[in-house]
Amino acid sequence: MLRYTLLRILGAIPTLLLVIAIAFMMVHAAPGGPFDDDRALPPAIEENIKRYYHLDEPLPKQFLRYLSGLVRGDLGPSYVHVDYTVNELIADAFPRSLKIGALAMALALLAGLGAGTLAALRHDSWLDRVVMAISMTGISIPVFVFAPILVLLFAVKLNWLPAGWTSSSGVSRYLLPVVTLALPQIAYIARLTRASMIDVLQRDFIRTARAQGLGTMNVVWLHALKPAMLPVLSYMGPAIAAILTGSIVVEQIFGIGGLGHFFVNGALNRDYTVVLGIVVFYAALIVFLNLVVDILYGAIDPRVRYR
Amino acid sequence: MSLLEVDNVSIRYGDNTVVDDVSFSIDRGESVGLVGESGSGKSQTALSILGLLSRQARFSGRIRFDDVELDKATEEQLNRVRARRIGMVFQDPMQALNPYLRVGRQLRAVLRCHELATAAECDARVMEMLERVGLPDAQRQFRAYPHQLSGGMRQRVMLASALIAGPDLLIADEPTTALDVTVQAQILELLEEIRDDTALLLITHDLGIVAGHCERMLVLESGRLVESGPTTAVFAAPQHAHTRALLAAVPRIDRVDIPPPATGQSILGVDGASVSYRERGKQRLQAVKGVNMSLRCGETIAVVGESGSGKSSLVRAMLGLVPMESGRVVYAGTPLEGPVERRAREHRRDLQLVFQDPASALNPQMRVRNIVSEPLLVHEPGLSARARLKRVNAALEQVGLADEYLLRYPHELSGGQAQRVAIARALILGPKVLFCDEAVAALDVSVRQQVLDLLQRVQADTGLSIIFISHDLAVVRSISHRVLVLYMGRLLEVADNAALFSHPRHPYTSALIDAVPVPDPVVAPKKAPLRGEVPSLLNPPPGCVFHPRCEHAREVCSATLPPMRDIAGTRVACHRADEIDLSR
Amino acid sequence: MSVLGYSTVRISGGILVAIAIIALVGPWMSPHDYASTDFDNLLLPPTLSGGHPFGSDSLGRDLFVRTMMGVRVTLLVAIVASIVSLVIGVAYGAVAGFVGGRTDAAMMRMVDTLYALPFIFFVILLLVAFERNFLLIFVAIGAVNWLDMARIVRGQTLSLREREFVEAARLTGVSTPRIIVRHIAPNLIGIVIVYLTLTIPQAILVESFLSYLGLGVQEPQTSLGALVNDGVNHMEGASWALLIPAGLLAVILMSFNFLGDGLRDFFDSRHTS
Repeated sequence: MLRYTLLRILGAIPTLLLVIAIAFMMVHAAPGGPFDDDRALPPAIEENIKRYYHLDEPLPKQFLRYLSGLVRGDLGPSYVHVDYTVNELIADAFPRSLKIGALAMALALLAGLGAGTLAALRHDSWLDRVVMAISMTGISIPVFVFAPILVLLFAVKLNWLPAGWTSSSGVSRYLLPVVTLALPQIAYIARLTRASMIDVLQRDFIRTARAQGLGTMNVVWLHALKPAMLPVLSYMGPAIAAILTGSIVVEQIFGIGGLGHFFVNGALNRDYTVVLGIVVFYAALIVFLNLVVDILYGAIDPRVRYR
Repeated sequence: MSLLEVDNVSIRYGDNTVVDDVSFSIDRGESVGLVGESGSGKSQTALSILGLLSRQARFSGRIRFDDVELDKATEEQLNRVRARRIGMVFQDPMQALNPYLRVGRQLRAVLRCHELATAAECDARVMEMLERVGLPDAQRQFRAYPHQLSGGMRQRVMLASALIAGPDLLIADEPTTALDVTVQAQILELLEEIRDDTALLLITHDLGIVAGHCERMLVLESGRLVESGPTTAVFAAPQHAHTRALLAAVPRIDRVDIPPPATGQSILGVDGASVSYRERGKQRLQAVKGVNMSLRCGETIAVVGESGSGKSSLVRAMLGLVPMESGRVVYAGTPLEGPVERRAREHRRDLQLVFQDPASALNPQMRVRNIVSEPLLVHEPGLSARARLKRVNAALEQVGLADEYLLRYPHELSGGQAQRVAIARALILGPKVLFCDEAVAALDVSVRQQVLDLLQRVQADTGLSIIFISHDLAVVRSISHRVLVLYMGRLLEVADNAALFSHPRHPYTSALIDAVPVPDPVVAPKKAPLRGEVPSLLNPPPGCVFHPRCEHAREVCSATLPPMRDIAGTRVACHRADEIDLSR
Repeated sequence: MSVLGYSTVRISGGILVAIAIIALVGPWMSPHDYASTDFDNLLLPPTLSGGHPFGSDSLGRDLFVRTMMGVRVTLLVAIVASIVSLVIGVAYGAVAGFVGGRTDAAMMRMVDTLYALPFIFFVILLLVAFERNFLLIFVAIGAVNWLDMARIVRGQTLSLREREFVEAARLTGVSTPRIIVRHIAPNLIGIVIVYLTLTIPQAILVESFLSYLGLGVQEPQTSLGALVNDGVNHMEGASWALLIPAGLLAVILMSFNFLGDGLRDFFDSRHTS
């Protein structure tokens, strides 16, 4: 198990380097820098700024400088929010995104696994069909359609929940963003779980467990859940990416000052270090979470571990 | 009052009746065999006893076990009977054990769910049970996952899980079908030894197993119980036509008409063939090592061995489907080299192969006509469409299929029909040598006999030479002129059919013959089965590869590789072949 | 049973064909065009008689014509996505699966790496750094879209290559091109069609997401994502401006998903007795 984990960690490093390199190249290959605005700066000042930010150096050297900063955990200064470093911006915004994202993920897993398992156990019943119809709707409606419709319904028409983030405090303001973000994932995980649970429940070892008189609860809990969760586990990588993507919209619609919000603003204002910093940060996060998923996979399936 | 009573049980799926009005009973401590071909409903009957039928099944009838009406029982009542009163063993232990749970936990779950032991006692009870089923080093196996065990060990664990709650009845559904014949003998012996006064319902397609292990037997034919009675009586005087047909179709290893030795010229020879595969890392898996053989015109050579013996690899290497590490293949005086794609056209025409599983050997998207005619498109491209169709018809006729099958897809054929189509494809170019890789292993006994007859008839008509790979010695005995015995990729013995079965020279050959269940309850009881299982090919034993399992082994056997030598016409690789007498 | 015997296939396929026909013919039948503003008729509710069956937007442009233009963009994306995943995905997957060994391992390692990237973030980066450009969106969609297809096709090819009927064909001397055409390809078609249908909604989602953020199609051109964004701004007074494009987008996505599911059932049931 230790060997497997170490191998996985080693394998993740080149991926991460590649991502950083691509993002860095993209930003620096872009025509037009952060400072060529409508109002042209005097050349001397521009020179100074460029020197200050080391933009006058050759690209490979800049990249190495950036990398060495990364190793020390330094993502550089923001070009637009002059008094802030990218680290500070991320440290300020990420906790909000994390809370909402993690809650959405937890909700998606809980509701998705539950609904999928239930549907599989009652395969071909009305319950199964209802769960499947709802989840088909869920995977077919994008977050940016869901969010405004829920706001229209619960905040504007019924006035049950706050529409914005800043206009209220407490638990109620989490409800809409988390649910919107989680809904498509609940639907997807429910479908995955159902399909794989139906498949697992037909396997011979489940028949053995039933023949041993373990009872449905024990059969599902002890024997079926682990293997049935494997496809869901594999989906965690894409799910995390989808939640990060979704958070861009959700943070915009609900006015939450999270990372997604900063990313879009940074992109529109050409605040390259911020944009690059967030991409690198998210890429590292995704690579890290994928690593966790891989290791969990090995923990569940012994045949993978010993390979 | 009998222990189990099954009354007028019928099981239907939609309009399809798979079990039709079956009634029987089992007394305490009794062993009963339930026999039938695939699709006869024997497994469905067994599953219905424990209420394990799928939800689509429609059940009618009564099943009483001791004082419980099982057919009317609720799921909770059934759960109190399962494992505790009736244990069940399934066919393939690789599939039937949970691959994601350690062996110990799977057994502990049975005890804990039935509250038969406190958490503290559990492990000791499990360990004790694992030792009883003969698991060496039970301490370690307790923590192992099923995939880390060998096939035989897995089935021992399965047996342990079925018996750990101390049931009154054990249902074993084809418990040895997925195992090698020597391991099958071990498991059957263990089953006898361990069940004490537990009654046994043994479900099998193998009449030999019933003859050796059951006091009474029941015969099912397409869902109907056609015969029942004491095993000796049924074997001595079968009443129903189906039972007679079944008995007639089983080749008897002890008394079968064997073909006379062939006398043609050598057509195909192999010299020092070795095949190895690269495993992960740098390890090499030596599948075949230094095998020599020579096939005569019109001769059938059987290649016999358990799983991992390298019989398929040998054939595949000869055909150029996998690369040969060293050695030569000579066909009709010319050496065959390289992968099949680079071999001469006429050689590819002359050497053909029939696979084990016809379902996988036929392209599901092609009609029978196109499957059979494809070789003609390659080798006789000038043929007109009409001439081609004529040839296809002739080939199908040769294997006993009418032209109504021309437009069918493979999934519209039965297993036997599909195998005939595969044989027709192999024969349509008029090959000189036909390789059959377990070609009848997937077929029911009655169909198997028809396919064997077909091969022999074609051989008589055309002088075809056949290399027949099989793990089934009884089949080998009935069809081959000469036999090669392989073990862990090494050739241990080559002999004429008659000599091999009456005077085996190698202890392994002798043990293999002993392990075959003889379908006759009055034949003298068997010798003790061969111990142990085939070692890993990644780490073969030094000296003679068979010595760790050999009861005749001496020091020399573990030290030096025995050379191949000639004893009275038999070639054998054993240090002690001239000292020990294994003839029967 | 033919594929039209499956009600999911029949209904979702029918809906898609109907939407496509209306999107192609509708704007041409309407007296309005997608760009002309009409400041006397801002945010009109849908009426059949007033000539604005879907109402009008905040610049008085006819929403029916604009929505249909949006549908056209969506369907164009669907076509592009299919072509990309068909050409790149199938070729890449088939080569990896057929060649096998180290080539396969290296090729699949690359797909895994690409899979793990936060693609949308890169695409946004790209769209911001360079001129906003319709073509770039297609590049972005293409970049993500072929990955799933490549994985599926590779897995299927790998297992087909090991099947005994392929060995039998090699043995009789059937040439490699013929093996691919006669034995591998026909057994791939089913799964390719199914996954083609299932990757289309993914592509549509990416495009509409970018348009929603204002990074996609530029005014006065429009797409369903941009219309939804527009609708959100007026949803309190003119909910139809949100609900109609949002609903249409959902119906299109759902139809593709159902179509894929139905096709999968159809191909699963074929050739198994």
